[in-house]
Amino acid sequence: MNTTAQVLEKNKERILEKWMQNQLSDASLRDDLMTSDELQHQSKEMLDGLLRAVSKGNYDNIYDTEFEQVTDTLRDISITRARQGFSPRETGAYVLSLKQAIMEVLIEQRKDDPATLYQEIMQLNNLLDNLSIVTFETFIKGREEVILRQTDEISEISTPVIRVWDGILALPIIGTLDSARTQVVMENLLQEIVNTGSNIAILDISGVPAVDSLVAQHLIKTVSATRLMGAECIISGIRAEIAQTIVHLGIDLSNIKTKASLASALQLAFSMTNLEVRRVDRNKGFKLTR
Amino acid sequence: MERIPVLKMGPFLLVTIQVDLYDRLALTLENDLINMVSQTGARGVLIDISAVSIVDSFMGRILGNIASMSRIMDAETVVVGMQPAVAITLVELGLTLQGVHTALNVEKGMELLNTKLGDNLELDDEEEEDQDDRND
Repeated sequence: MNTTAQVLEKNKERILEKWMQNQLSDASLRDDLMTSDELQHQSKEMLDGLLRAVSKGNYDNIYDTEFEQVTDTLRDISITRARQGFSPRETGAYVLSLKQAIMEVLIEQRKDDPATLYQEIMQLNNLLDNLSIVTFETFIKGREEVILRQTDEISEISTPVIRVWDGILALPIIGTLDSARTQVVMENLLQEIVNTGSNIAILDISGVPAVDSLVAQHLIKTVSATRLMGAECIISGIRAEIAQTIVHLGIDLSNIKTKASLASALQLAFSMTNLEVRRVDRNKGFKLTR
Repeated sequence: MERIPVLKMGPFLLVTIQVDLYDRLALTLENDLINMVSQTGARGVLIDISAVSIVDSFMGRILGNIASMSRIMDAETVVVGMQPAVAITLVELGLTLQGVHTALNVEKGMELLNTKLGDNLELDDEEEEDQDDRND
């Protein structure tokens, strides 16, 4: 029964060669992310482990101890590839191209014995399919880790409160507003109002992708809290789609000052604080000095 | 019994709450304040709550009550110096203190009351001013 393993062991070099060929000939191979030496090394390690495991006669259960080394290596490779930004296709092709190489060699060796060949191919097929499932699982897990890390990073980026003018604060909100985020935004804004003694806060929501009733609720809360502190709040950056959703959802923003752009909100803030921006006629000044 | 002093400053009344309000104290304050408004004919009430760190729904209601009562007696109410945590709590409780004016600090509150009072006076004096303009 161990003959398959023996045949494979004997033709190890050829399998490796074919496998490398398959991998390198794949048009989607990312030689920018990995050198072929590295690939060769990885593949050799993997194949060694696989043959060692197969020599024990185990073709079915890849969770057995014999396969530990193989699955570990595979997991390592998938995780590294996920982090390096390989596509799922490239990672999957790694194991699947090994299958092809092994099949080719087996077919050559067993030309005269189709029955055994068939059985061997079935067994190896199963085995390698299982291995490729492990690869995918780990690859996706690796990707998910990346996504989780990024989510954390995004939420860590605090919403900055900018002092645009004496007594006027601006708060650009970028990304979706959920309860936790609103809390942070509100606290930051209110604290900054106390620190700077500002009268007016401009909430710019041009970076908020969508406004639903919950987000609107959060906005209204922030505005109310600002009012309680004794400052006025203007909401700016309301895009056409957002205006449409707000009206369709029947959200009442009538007692909140809203403006389409940050510029017009700033203008309103100026007029509320009795400020005026004027163009200086330079020519006139020049003539006067002359 | 402990009482919160109500100070008269010109046409306004000034209340500075330096202790955490418990219910009875808040009720006494409401009573005292409204009596003071009626006695002095004050035009504005300024309540400084910058030292208050804890509010509950009752406290919020008392503030709202004071404002409504004062308005009936022709006095505007301004609550000044609310802490951020207090503001967040009130909003979460659903109390937005409608009808109460707010300001960041006593100085700005006074300014606000003055402009409110000024607006009212202007309305009364509008005709006179028109005449002045013509004379100019």
